[in-house]
Amino acid sequence: MKRQALTSALLRPQFAALAAVLFINWLLFPGFFTVTWQDGRFFGSLLDVLNRGAPVAILAIGVTAVIATKGVDLSVGAVMAISGAVAAVMVSTGTPAAIAIPVALLAGLICGFWNGVLVTYLDIQPIIATLVLMVAGRGLAQLITEGSIVTFSDPVLSYIGTGALFGLPMPVVIAFVLMIVTTIAVRRTALGLLIEAVGVNRSAARFAGISSRLLLLLVYSFAGFCAAIAGLVVAGDIRGADANNAGLWLELDAILAVVLGGTSLLGGRFSIPMSVVGALIIQAMNTGILISGFSPQFNLVVKSAVIILILVLQSPQAGQWLSRRFTPLTPPPKRSAK
Amino acid sequence: MNRALRPLLATTVIFLLAYLAAVLQYPSMLSTRVLGNFLTDNAFLGIAAVGMTFVIISGGIDLSVGAVIGFSTVLIATLIMWSGLHPALAFAITLAVSAGFGALMGAAIHYLKVPSFIVTLAGMFLARGGASVLSPDSIGIKHEVYTAISRAYILLPGGGRLTVIGMVMLAVFALGILLAHRTRFGSYVYALGGNETSAALMGVPVARTTILVYTLSSTLAGIAGIVFSLYTSAGYSLSALGVELDAIAAVVIGGTLLTGGYGFVAGTFIGVMLQGLVQTYIVFDGTLSSWWTKIVIGGLLFMFILLQRLVFSASGPRKKAFRKS
Repeated sequence: MKRQALTSALLRPQFAALAAVLFINWLLFPGFFTVTWQDGRFFGSLLDVLNRGAPVAILAIGVTAVIATKGVDLSVGAVMAISGAVAAVMVSTGTPAAIAIPVALLAGLICGFWNGVLVTYLDIQPIIATLVLMVAGRGLAQLITEGSIVTFSDPVLSYIGTGALFGLPMPVVIAFVLMIVTTIAVRRTALGLLIEAVGVNRSAARFAGISSRLLLLLVYSFAGFCAAIAGLVVAGDIRGADANNAGLWLELDAILAVVLGGTSLLGGRFSIPMSVVGALIIQAMNTGILISGFSPQFNLVVKSAVIILILVLQSPQAGQWLSRRFTPLTPPPKRSAK
Repeated sequence: MNRALRPLLATTVIFLLAYLAAVLQYPSMLSTRVLGNFLTDNAFLGIAAVGMTFVIISGGIDLSVGAVIGFSTVLIATLIMWSGLHPALAFAITLAVSAGFGALMGAAIHYLKVPSFIVTLAGMFLARGGASVLSPDSIGIKHEVYTAISRAYILLPGGGRLTVIGMVMLAVFALGILLAHRTRFGSYVYALGGNETSAALMGVPVARTTILVYTLSSTLAGIAGIVFSLYTSAGYSLSALGVELDAIAAVVIGGTLLTGGYGFVAGTFIGVMLQGLVQTYIVFDGTLSSWWTKIVIGGLLFMFILLQRLVFSASGPRKKAFRKS
């Protein structure tokens, strides 16, 4: 039974897509899968994909939970900038990293909590509630850094962005641990079920006795917390906080990763590991375009082509057409029009 | 006083109070020069925001407008400077391309049943990517028509200048108001945003209206792109970055409900002017850094959403009480 579940999970289209992208990368660049051991860590294009994809993967973990509740979080990019700015300013003024990192994470948690309060207590649509912080957050981050790029040389903070553990880059380790912990938290407890219940029908969930307000507050705070981690990773990577550019447009990449992973924007069914796979697909495409020698301008065009392809494949119409072709006996699950 | 007009009134009063406060501090802000510049500097934003108002009233969202503006500027620049076309022809081609782009997005939203958020996100990537494939560098536009248009203006009493692009924005707003409140298409858009199923049952052509709404939004973004290229005399793939967010903010501040079915094109105009006021105030002040603009606009956005909440929970249907869980 267990093995069957695993095989069917591995046969999902997302893994096929990732394999296809990696295969194309290998065709373009034969040394793509070569991994070497040097200075106590692994090196290679494959690790580069993992390493560069880690921030989006970390964001996507938090955003998945939000999207599963039929919400969306547009502010994660701005929250990244805020947490990076907080950490960088604190360590550059002499605060030890052991204090600066928890404070930066707390800042992200507060940002997420604020979004949660807007969504639950003021009953504002998630897309608008988080838009407020998306617009204002980057301004706040610039206020913290006073408009300049704050650089630092703190070894602990830069270890988060550039260090290695067991030969693997630290961002990859962080993203992996976060993915495992979150997956266990939502799948080994009732939490995942409660999130799905709220996402499918908030009123029904409330009548079933689920405290949806508390749950939504938790989910949005978690998304802010994940964004803060991603912000620390990015700040540690460049050893500085750039309030203008840190995490710019990454909220869109994170949402794209979640959608690629098969989580419906209409709420309900979600999968955290698949969102991470979605983030890796995006990064594998980015890396592929870079190493193939195409100009990076093609990146966005290819990305949009892939989104369009996935949208067509995921749409109910295409599903009906495909199931009529291949499995005429099982009617596809009907989704409501809106 | 019509209850439905309350948010519009609130926005207008807040704008006037804010302007009064700014004038009390800097008396020179009360001049037609400043007002003329409000119109010129925000023309592209205003034009795009009219399209966004229609999309939001219909219950959707269009994230691609900034990218379409950027793409249009590059397309115009390449057509004029590289292919040697006359600007009028270049404008026509650009409008046709952007209208077709919007129609495709509308069709995808309706027929694939994908949320508009994701489709227009893909559209945003495509338009930005397409623009940078055309030319990653900024292209300066030198043409006698461009110089003529950017020099033409009507002198207002008090030394203010009403430029051509300012007039284009005012015309677009006037046409937008007529389209929203005086045509069948306008009623269809409101009906669609109120409830898609009821609209379809009442005989609203849902497919056609959805496609037309996004076509309208992209076409206006194309016009905004033309205006932006006149404003800067250049085409650049990264121009108008994030304008979609400013446009959404202007629409919300103008009293349009993001859930759809309710809103005013005229309110959007005040939303745009309020953003212009914030920017101008920061320029007048001189000591505040430019990032305060973002914080203030975010704060305004929050305030207006809160205001809408209060107005609507006071006068809205009882059903709302259920949704608060």
